[in-house]
Amino acid sequence: MLTRESLLNWAMIAALLIVPLAAWTLDEPFIITLATKAAILALAGVGLNIALGLGGLISLGHAAFFGIGGYAMGILAAHAQNYEPLFEWPFLFEGSNQMPLIWLVAVVFSALAALVIGALSLRTSGVYFIMITLAFGQMLYYFAISWSAYGGEDGLSIWVRNEFPGLNTLDPIQFFAIAYVILCLALVFAARLARSPFGLALAAARQNEDRVQAVGLTPFTLRLTAFVISGAITGLAGALFADLNRFVSPTMLSWHTSGEIMIFVILGGVGRLYGPVAGAALYILLEHLLGGISDYWQIFLGVLLLLIVLFARGGLIGAIAGREKAHG
Amino acid sequence: MADVVLKTTGLNKSFGALQASRDVSLDLRPGEIHALIGPNGAGKSTLIKQIAGNLTPDSGTVELLGKDVTALDTVARARMGLGRTFQISALAMEYTVLQNAVLGALGGRGRVFRFFRNVMKDPELLERARDALERVGLMDDANRRTADLSHGQRRQLEVAVALTLKPRLFLMDEPMAGLGTAGSKALTGFLDGLRQEAPILLVEHDMDAVFALADRISVLVYGQIIATGTADEIRANAEVRRAYLGEDAAA
Repeated sequence: MLTRESLLNWAMIAALLIVPLAAWTLDEPFIITLATKAAILALAGVGLNIALGLGGLISLGHAAFFGIGGYAMGILAAHAQNYEPLFEWPFLFEGSNQMPLIWLVAVVFSALAALVIGALSLRTSGVYFIMITLAFGQMLYYFAISWSAYGGEDGLSIWVRNEFPGLNTLDPIQFFAIAYVILCLALVFAARLARSPFGLALAAARQNEDRVQAVGLTPFTLRLTAFVISGAITGLAGALFADLNRFVSPTMLSWHTSGEIMIFVILGGVGRLYGPVAGAALYILLEHLLGGISDYWQIFLGVLLLLIVLFARGGLIGAIAGREKAHG
Repeated sequence: MADVVLKTTGLNKSFGALQASRDVSLDLRPGEIHALIGPNGAGKSTLIKQIAGNLTPDSGTVELLGKDVTALDTVARARMGLGRTFQISALAMEYTVLQNAVLGALGGRGRVFRFFRNVMKDPELLERARDALERVGLMDDANRRTADLSHGQRRQLEVAVALTLKPRLFLMDEPMAGLGTAGSKALTGFLDGLRQEAPILLVEHDMDAVFALADRISVLVYGQIIATGTADEIRANAEVRRAYLGEDAAA
């Protein structure tokens, strides 16, 4: 049976495919790039939503993982384009311009960072957790600024987009296809995760910690696992985002980025599977439409966010599809 | 003494100048209901928390199934077979009744780090959960949101979730609280049979239920156990009557 929410989800994911395809036939590469950006930012939000929506972990430090993903791409690709070995022992490695390898490195390093940051931050909760995740994010941000080997404050530019076997990644529609497929896979993964034994226990720990402990489960371990998965997905989005721009800079690590990723989730609906898709798409749309009117377009975004937080706690999806049905 | 399921020895716990537990020693034997009664502020909740693992005693030990668990946390004690119900219902309110029961079954079975299978289609967990709901009479409400349940139904669900764990002993903190006369009677009947499965340490204010059910009763006053004995012994105990029951309870 299709609920209103699942109909809406199908409509959104279809629209995200149809718009760039239409733009492709009309030869409007800029629109395709916007759609690609929306898909990648949605992916970052899907990652955050696992921690925030399922686990109730209000992380204001997800820019750390987004940025680590970005720098994974930047560092590997910079070495490859300059023919400078990244390391010579135990084997000679000159970086890489192959997306699958870059993604793997991005996922592994952002997961490791999430493991360390999570293990320390999850000892706190509430507003302290928000502050500690924020602090870790800012630490990495200032580290990147001072890391002159990789561009410091100026960041790293990559001249040619990285390669994916069998595809021409410089063709906007082909790069869009990559981002779109990854987003869809992440959504399938997130959907299954939410219904899995792990998801049941994780979301229960958000609702009632005493209950979860009383049935013999450890909230800390559940949350840490969720935080690592969440960071890994956001890290993958970071690698794609850097590839989209062919540029990575400390901005990706700044707390503005954390805030933006959180805004996608809140705009779309916290804990709603497709919330980040709706939120990121709306964000890009507003940026494109209102950005043409005024440089201060984020004032309108702020008003919208305020309205959603005050009157539509389930975000856009909640406003359209109604209260979430408990999964039977 | 190996067959004692739960044993506390000389538990002391203070909060500043307030001594909430004074040299509390009690035990729980197989097949029995041991009721813990006492006036408000007697330290029942503090004692329960030390037994469940939320609070560490200042001195004294807690033994579960013959093993010293004083240093273990709530999760470890739950895994050893301590099935607990809370004074104020601690349930996942957004979940359906069945989901709460499945959560309990999942905790009881383990293997929680599974990321792909649909937990609500796991036959083993579902059977365990439905069985527990059936026993407390909540099967008709299985698909309702827990937040929409009445107070009494939440109390029933608390018991059902504890059942899904298949525990070795139950620790029940005022399961009758807020139940009507009929509900209280039904639960009394249910707990009566449950003691064969696993013994129950029962904290309860409902004296009808306590005197109907308990094999032994311990009376806690000012953090101290002033008497332990059968219902008749407790009724007849002058100190207990003075401190807690009042003269009319002897009638």
